[in-house]
Amino acid sequence: MSDWYTSFANSGVGSSLVQQLGLPRPAVLRRYEPGQPVLPGPAVVGSAGEGRLRETLTAVLRDAGVVVLPPSADGPERPAAVVLDATGVTGPAQLAAARDLLAPAVRRLRPTGRVLVLADPPADARSPAQAAARQALEGLVRSLAKELRAGSTANLVYVPEGAEASVASPVLFFLSGRSAYVDGQVLTVSPADVPGAGDDEGDDERPLAGKVAVVTGAARGIGAAIARVVARDGAHVVAVDVPAAGEALAAVANEVGGTAFQLDITAPDAAQRLVTHLRERHGGVDVVVHNAGITRDKLLVNMDAARWDAVMAVNLQAQLDLTQALLDADGVLRPGARVVAVSSQSGIAGNRGQTNYAASKAGVIGMVRAWAPAFAERGATINAVAPGFIVTEMTARMPFGTREVGARINSLQQGGLPVDVAETIAWLAQPGTAGVNGQVVRVCGQSMLGA
Amino acid sequence: MSPTQPRRAAVLGGNRIPFARSNSAYAQASNQDMLTATLDGLVARFGLQGRQVGEVVAGAVLKHARDFNLTRESVLGSRLSAATPAYDVQQACGTGLEATVLVANKIALGQIESGIAGGVDTTSDAPLAVGDDLRRALIALNNAKTLGQRLKALGRIRPGSLVPEIPRNAEPRTGLAMGEHQAITAREWGIGREEQDELTVRSHRNLAAAYERGFLDDLVTPYLGLTRDQNLRPDTTVEKLARLKPVFGTDDPAATMTAGNSTPLSDGASAVLLSSDEWAAEHGLPVLAHLVDAQTAAVDYVHGGEGLLMAPAYAVPVLLARNGLTLQDFDFYEIHEAFASTVLATLKAWEDPAFCKERLGLDAPLGPIDRSKLNVNGSSLAAGHPFAATGGRIVASLAKQLHEAGPGRRGLISVCAAGGQGVVAILES
Repeated sequence: MSDWYTSFANSGVGSSLVQQLGLPRPAVLRRYEPGQPVLPGPAVVGSAGEGRLRETLTAVLRDAGVVVLPPSADGPERPAAVVLDATGVTGPAQLAAARDLLAPAVRRLRPTGRVLVLADPPADARSPAQAAARQALEGLVRSLAKELRAGSTANLVYVPEGAEASVASPVLFFLSGRSAYVDGQVLTVSPADVPGAGDDEGDDERPLAGKVAVVTGAARGIGAAIARVVARDGAHVVAVDVPAAGEALAAVANEVGGTAFQLDITAPDAAQRLVTHLRERHGGVDVVVHNAGITRDKLLVNMDAARWDAVMAVNLQAQLDLTQALLDADGVLRPGARVVAVSSQSGIAGNRGQTNYAASKAGVIGMVRAWAPAFAERGATINAVAPGFIVTEMTARMPFGTREVGARINSLQQGGLPVDVAETIAWLAQPGTAGVNGQVVRVCGQSMLGA
Repeated sequence: MSPTQPRRAAVLGGNRIPFARSNSAYAQASNQDMLTATLDGLVARFGLQGRQVGEVVAGAVLKHARDFNLTRESVLGSRLSAATPAYDVQQACGTGLEATVLVANKIALGQIESGIAGGVDTTSDAPLAVGDDLRRALIALNNAKTLGQRLKALGRIRPGSLVPEIPRNAEPRTGLAMGEHQAITAREWGIGREEQDELTVRSHRNLAAAYERGFLDDLVTPYLGLTRDQNLRPDTTVEKLARLKPVFGTDDPAATMTAGNSTPLSDGASAVLLSSDEWAAEHGLPVLAHLVDAQTAAVDYVHGGEGLLMAPAYAVPVLLARNGLTLQDFDFYEIHEAFASTVLATLKAWEDPAFCKERLGLDAPLGPIDRSKLNVNGSSLAAGHPFAATGGRIVASLAKQLHEAGPGRRGLISVCAAGGQGVVAILES
């Protein structure tokens, strides 16, 4: 399942051959490992106009042990990240300031560097010119993400007035190795009661310590990776999969020190059984990851009811039913709960032969957006993660050409790994990520599909 | 902890692998492989990774010499703490239930707080032994000091000595296969072919329905690609079974026992988690049922004129009397289906005034049971019967059934065993 081409292109012989042939040379991405610092080097922090976030950003980074450099710094140490506070941009004229700040720093950016821009949401703008300038930043960041090489990424976070406390968690995520395959994304945070900000309640290494996390479809692939990462971050994992996958499920549960719960989530009593299990065995649940999904591909004209219905039942209806049952069951979904639903690039871009699958995955996006306000009222969040081309056993079975093209048509020129999806989900599950709600985070290396 | 009043051990749940037909899905798996996988499935279900339970007790009926310390070796290969003690027991087909009783008794006495009882058997990886002739020749060869002695020892080996001794499903003292013994009992009790086939169909339908409603979702963990019991035939009918030829007692033209209404040779393993109520509460594990009491009995099937598999008929009245219960005071009955006719002969014996008076010494027969409460989730005819694994299958399944039915429900387990033995027990939710 490893990316043979990336390994080859970074090997001694492979590297020169790839260069001579003018082939893409995908970088080895910087992925998170416990104990790793947020960044492998200093961060340049600057602002375009009179921003309101620069002090917050500086404090967040210093708390996380990051050395903060002013924009003018041109010492021997190259920056590992550039963070731009663009909340001061009030019109198109100030966009030049963004360019002025970013250009020299990006030129000196280390491999696997990070560019992060924070701005006010266009929807909150007081004039069309202001909205235009704020929206313009999306074009800037998305293009810059495509220009960056060597495994570097660029992302944009919109921060409305009053949501300043919500930025810490996304900033640290986007700068760290946890976001290795998240590129060219736009995220909007919301005001929230963020726990553990700055105090020493939270354990940085184990942000999910003491939490109970349900992961569906946990027997293999992305689900197993989610179970591993969520358990690594401290949670007790209730690993759920269909009874027929029980042998692999038990192995995953034993590996991560969790428990295996064999359940067909499309059974009529599935929601009630899950609720009862969580209540009896764990007294409730903190994190729910709706990962279980199936594909039954056919062109629409050849699609039979069985294929359509099976995909809808597993990928969409079960997510709705389980979530509703957890919301209805008194006290089972604990305060500050996190629901993360796995969507897909297909749900955003569509995919030939996947009308059923793409419909279900687009439906998931509709679901999290609609539920977000109700979750916010409970101090909880619900978000979707949309994986792009992720290297799994499933993609290993694709024809060589389709697979290699699919894996390369993104800004990082490689497929992502299951752990990349898992890291994003585990981040959304953190207590500190309270200010990210109703969002869709793509883990696709800025795929050209549906961009 | 000082000795205290006995307490009732709680059944928290169980795990088994699907049972396979002999020489099939598990042909390459050893007893230790299957028992280890079964323990690991139990560990996963209850989050016992690295945990120490008080004791693990299990056994196998067919054992290789390499199955020395089988249960302890399986524990060492599992995800349980390596500091978990274990020992083997063997009481033929009663092994699994007897292991449960042993664990429960130690819990009742406060000697342990938790324990796992189980059993495993393979008829595919059965221990083949060299015959006596070959064994003697090989020993002589090993002891030989000169070339002449060696050649002499080798010269004693005849082609016929090379045929291995294959273990047989037969009673050592009578040379009769268990099915042949049961055929005698079936004939004595006048058990008809049709009622045996009907009981068989019910077993298959009940087990299939249990799978369909997800009842086995937290009782079974797939193994080596098998997700359900291989012997299960959900669509079998009395008509289909009627077409099978009798295989036991065929000297009688009216023989009734076929491959359909007898359990097949099978491979598999099961395990049950038991504990004190306190341990269960500490670990956040709901109690499904308690083991109330148990009883064993044995009959003289060699000279005493009693059927090989009739011992449970004797054990149950003793158990009932001690607990002040009648045979009708149960919500569920789990009578192990070694053969359909075993279940039917046992029930008939309990209804028979002469048997109950003369053999059991009772003033009145135990009487009939409500057949709709019998083996409601199927039994060995459908699931298969890896000898030592059957007890654990029944205990976990009945405990769950009782828990679903609500508090204060009572179930009776009856398991017959080779050697003319029987193990019976009462569970209560």
